[in-house]
Amino acid sequence: MLKTAGLDRAPMVRLGDANKGEFFTSGLEYNPPARGVWNIVHTGMLVPETHEIFACAQGCLRGVILTAAEMNALDRMSWISVSEQDMFDGTLESDVVDGVSEIIQKLPYRPRAVLLYLSCIHLFAGCDFDIIIDQLKEKFNDIRFSDCYMTPTMRKTISPDAKMRMQLYDALEPTDIDKKSVNILGNDRATDENSELVKLIKENGFTLRDITACRTYDEYLEMAKSAVNIAYLPTAAIGCEEVSKRLGTKGLYLPNAFEADKIRANMARLAEVLGVDTPDLSKQEEEAHNALEKARAVVGDTAIAIDFTAVTQPFGLAELLCSHGFNVRYIINDALGEDGDAFDRLKESHPDIEIYSAVNVNMLHFPEQEHEKVLAIGQKAAHYFSTDYFVNIVQNGGYYGFTGISAIAELISEAAVSKKDRRRLISHKGIGCESCI
Amino acid sequence: MKNVSTIIPCYAADTSGVCSALYELGGMTVVHDASGCNSTYSTHDEPRWYDRRSMIYISALTELDAVMGNDEKLIVDIVSAAKDQQPAFIALCGSPMPMMTGFDYRAVAEDIGHRTGIPCFGLETNGTRSYVSGASMALEALVREFVHDMQKDSFDGIGVNIVGATPLDFGLTGTVESVRKWLEDCGMKFISSIGMGSSLEDIRRAASAKVNLVVSYSGLGSARYMEKEFGIPYVCGVPLGNVQKDACAAELKKAACEGGSSYAPIKRGRDIDKRADMVVIGEAVLAGSIAYEWSVLTESAVDVICPPDTDAELSPDRKDIALYAEEDIKAYLEENGIKTVIADPLYKYVLPKGCRLIELPHFAFSGRCFARDMKDMVCKDLREMWDI
Repeated sequence: MLKTAGLDRAPMVRLGDANKGEFFTSGLEYNPPARGVWNIVHTGMLVPETHEIFACAQGCLRGVILTAAEMNALDRMSWISVSEQDMFDGTLESDVVDGVSEIIQKLPYRPRAVLLYLSCIHLFAGCDFDIIIDQLKEKFNDIRFSDCYMTPTMRKTISPDAKMRMQLYDALEPTDIDKKSVNILGNDRATDENSELVKLIKENGFTLRDITACRTYDEYLEMAKSAVNIAYLPTAAIGCEEVSKRLGTKGLYLPNAFEADKIRANMARLAEVLGVDTPDLSKQEEEAHNALEKARAVVGDTAIAIDFTAVTQPFGLAELLCSHGFNVRYIINDALGEDGDAFDRLKESHPDIEIYSAVNVNMLHFPEQEHEKVLAIGQKAAHYFSTDYFVNIVQNGGYYGFTGISAIAELISEAAVSKKDRRRLISHKGIGCESCI
Repeated sequence: MKNVSTIIPCYAADTSGVCSALYELGGMTVVHDASGCNSTYSTHDEPRWYDRRSMIYISALTELDAVMGNDEKLIVDIVSAAKDQQPAFIALCGSPMPMMTGFDYRAVAEDIGHRTGIPCFGLETNGTRSYVSGASMALEALVREFVHDMQKDSFDGIGVNIVGATPLDFGLTGTVESVRKWLEDCGMKFISSIGMGSSLEDIRRAASAKVNLVVSYSGLGSARYMEKEFGIPYVCGVPLGNVQKDACAAELKKAACEGGSSYAPIKRGRDIDKRADMVVIGEAVLAGSIAYEWSVLTESAVDVICPPDTDAELSPDRKDIALYAEEDIKAYLEENGIKTVIADPLYKYVLPKGCRLIELPHFAFSGRCFARDMKDMVCKDLREMWDI
């Protein structure tokens, strides 16, 4: 347990004492060396045959360019740097238009689309992004330009990640609808083929489209045909809503919950929208139960730490594991997400679970403190609890529903007995992306 | 356009230079920028991040605080963190957003210093300049704050500070240790390394040195300050290769005994009138040192391109050029018929057809991509190393 006595801003709070919402006073932030979560560069690269162009200051460019370099994708990324002078001489828009034009003319290939990212300073200075896009469309009418945003300063309005997962589908335009097809939107990895979600779609004769499976730009454009759009990640919800509205199709947000009732309700809702029978999930539920029991036997009383990057509902997963007798001791999360119900129940049933901040400056030396053996679910938890026994996933790892619970239980069993190369794995930027390091 | 690149990266920015230069000294460095922006530095510009902790933090600036000019939040947050962590000093720098709002670093630093009783300095970075600018500012501020005039070291020989070494230029290759050993082999005494490899306590004794060895442009500002304030001359150069290291040693001894700073170890001199078909691309002092050795080994002219910036005095031959833009570098190599280039591997994208690339990974350029291939070049035979 962290010694918090005397600290002005303690990075830990007992669940029983935690308020709903933000758990810690905001302040200076530390950045732990866990790199598995995708950023806007990784996400943008999901659109095939496109080129990313970033316009921003050198300091901001550096991170995005080297993200592309590490994923061996420098040939799909260009940039325009913004100087002090540019910010004040009234040329913000024309610099971007001229820069993008020059880049396109110099590229050794013709991209089908360009994702153009502006930054905080552009928006802060009142830069007219619409004019930029309009002028570029006029100059290059065979290329689709999408406005994208690297605006972390504006994160309180909409996070850059959520905005990116919305703009990812900007090029989709209303078309004839194929009623027997469905999109899963906003994911950075494919949804598990064995999941009840995918099976419900495919076994009822629907075509499933997902940007992670698109190999060409034309395949990507075909996503506009799908009659139903599904999102299950919180950062994909707003994009799903926007795309559905724009395309005149049905949008469904089916959050990736760990509670049986919610999983059943999600599947029933999807079945209703697709006009098919609600599946009987009792077998999957029983398998999930068995997988958890098996994992519990392997894990024993080992303390478990869960972080918010591994699963989108860490309190939901904690509640599920506690109900199967796991010794969940720690949750790393700075603010409550969509699992408020699970939080409330856990607060009553397990008030001694400790919630840790992922960014509080007093977490700096936490890894060096003496820790019991901890099984971590997530990279940040592995880092902070200095454990090589960890489940290496982000955003539920593409798992969903009861089958997702089974899969995660198996990963927990495996992590309990097999050490991982923590340094190598958590240093890899964007789990699932190529890496040259 | 000068500010456009189709493929090659940009160099690390000024904020990363500040953080890198102050990393090992027990201070707290705060970058006034949005939440998450510190991952650029900690992932791509700081090879020590995983193994060695340092109080490098981001202010998590929001749009609202920027618009409302809520500097008090930043001040309170820093004071709180300082209370919990007791840093030896506090350095405050920032990104483009504070620059746009006219954030007053010096005033805020002074306020924090009063409230905490901890030395605090503001560094006016804005994320639009190179790491050389930031590291230079940070090292000079450090020296101004902590280095005071004192008796020269009682050692009979020559006490030397190494100034300007950071992982951004030298990686974690053991370069500082090698320079230190080389100094001792040459009968000189290592006093401190202002940059990496020394504690703040060591650096406090820097004025006891008789000469400074400036190993990067980042160290030049603080060396000039020490020359002015304490009369310590400096020599610019990295002791690499068989000839270059002897030139560095001779210049250090000469400067210590006779006074007067020197750029001789990066001056190719006799070849300046020749047209070069060889170029080194990189940080000014290191690239200049390599060019010196290479020109001796090949008896040919060697030019230097310094994309992260350079200084007129660092180009004693006027053959070192501060080209930044991808198009300018590409054009220079093509128009001058360059046959061989020593540069970071990512420059492969802009080389003319048939041009040979000798790879010299530069952390400030390609980050982690080739970090494992970076080499300690101190006193190494470059011919053997690179087959030149």
